[in-house]
Amino acid sequence: MRTLVVAEHDHAALKPAVLNTITAAQRIGGEIDILVAGHNCAEAAKSAAQIAGVKKVLLADGVQYAHPLAENIAALIVSIAKAYSHVLAPATSFGKNVMPRVAALLDVAQVSDIVKVETPDTFVRPIYAGNALATVQSGDAVKVITVRSTGFDAAAATGGSAAVEQLATVADTGLARMVGQELTKSARPELTAARVIVSGGRGMGSGENFRILEALADKLGAAVGASRAAVDSGFVPNDYQVGQTGKIVAPELYIAVGISGAIQHLAGMKDSKVIVAINKDAEAPIFQVADYGLVADLFQAVPELTSQL
Amino acid sequence: MKVLVPVKRVVDFNVKVRVRADGTGVETANVKMSMNPFDEIAVEEAVRLKEAGAATEIIVISVGSAQCQETLRTALAIGADRAILVETAAETQPLAVAKILKAIVAREQPGLVIMGKQAIDDDSNQTGQMLAALLNWSQATFASKVKVSGNALEVTREVDGGLETLSVNLPAVVTADLRLNEPRYVTLPNIMKAKKKPFEALTPDALGVDVAPRLKTLKVQEPPKRNAGQMVKSVPELVQKLKNEAKVI
Repeated sequence: MRTLVVAEHDHAALKPAVLNTITAAQRIGGEIDILVAGHNCAEAAKSAAQIAGVKKVLLADGVQYAHPLAENIAALIVSIAKAYSHVLAPATSFGKNVMPRVAALLDVAQVSDIVKVETPDTFVRPIYAGNALATVQSGDAVKVITVRSTGFDAAAATGGSAAVEQLATVADTGLARMVGQELTKSARPELTAARVIVSGGRGMGSGENFRILEALADKLGAAVGASRAAVDSGFVPNDYQVGQTGKIVAPELYIAVGISGAIQHLAGMKDSKVIVAINKDAEAPIFQVADYGLVADLFQAVPELTSQL
Repeated sequence: MKVLVPVKRVVDFNVKVRVRADGTGVETANVKMSMNPFDEIAVEEAVRLKEAGAATEIIVISVGSAQCQETLRTALAIGADRAILVETAAETQPLAVAKILKAIVAREQPGLVIMGKQAIDDDSNQTGQMLAALLNWSQATFASKVKVSGNALEVTREVDGGLETLSVNLPAVVTADLRLNEPRYVTLPNIMKAKKKPFEALTPDALGVDVAPRLKTLKVQEPPKRNAGQMVKSVPELVQKLKNEAKVI
């Protein structure tokens, strides 16, 4: 058995979810190689080589990988995939975009969003927004898999010393090109990698009011998230969204403020270790999953909490 | 430009799903079914492209049981022009559906396929990307904005860090994210009109596609329950509990 992990990175550094994907690969067993495809991405390859348990880093450096276009990355993966029993990527917007393309080109099924490895061919994955867990078995020669990072601990980022091997690139398909990016700039940790998350819902009332959450987040070194209701109301951008249609998170501490607790939101955060809910409505469903609930006016409780930390 | 919109019939998003006692799946008997919400957004986008003069004809297609006919009628009522049902009793997995869609694309020659980014039943998020791969077309997934410009499509995508805009060559496969649009309400006159629109029924065999499932579902279980915790009376009490009991701050 040999597993290829497809690394997501920004050419300089690996995304945190790569480490969780490595752990999933370790659960499968066998050798683990990691693919770093990018442009001037030697630094990312160097970090990949230091991950404990990685045998080999395959480095594909080319201008066609400057942006991770699914067409080009999938063609590259397919060029080497037959040497592997498993091909894994994190179930991020990157992995979700690229991997089904790889699977179809290999004429195999994809197993999406696995949260557990039962055996090398059997995996557990959530369906119906996490309201059920399906155990599925794949009979395909190459198993193409995306890994939900909250299901696996992060592998050690250091301690390894894998060899870095240059990989022949595949010509640009010319099917798509990047026009522009509007990435949210924030000094706070990334939602999916944060130890603590402070999230706001419709109860925040406005985008400006998110400032009181930001103050709390900064005190805790936390990321700021939001419910779909808050995003739909235009309070914050969509990349803040935690839930079935947003990001799936499982921090040590999740503080839900002014969030009622719709199923779609719970699907994105119910695996958090400790959940705190602050809401003025004592009947809000969020209290049914919260470890600590406080019925209070958030505009008083949140600043008070910030001042006491 | 013809636009093809695949739609899936799923358990309505408001239904609280129940896992069957025998662990073979979730209960779908006597449960309200609807069009997958992301597919509804895709139908709406196609109709808007037609209203803006960028699309000439909208064909909706569904793969599944005879009841998918209702789903297709809804899509016709939103504004699609004709419908194709590929009827099968088999469990429809993404790769098989993508192969059926590829066969339909070969027949209909659309310039664009728009579909939902994922179905809210199996949450696979695969079919659009797989179809693009099988056709060797470009793909623009998780779209929040679509603009036709010449023989390319400019698509804004929802990605983890924010937004990115791609220019993809046509023909292309686009998958719709939530904020692409808000689907219109279907009116009674349009429901009546939809009944008269062309409707064709096919089978996977007729298209020469093998739909045998590749993944075997061994069991389906309830996720572990999370128990409600305790209510605290004040912020100081909360801080004290988080520090001394949960030890997370």
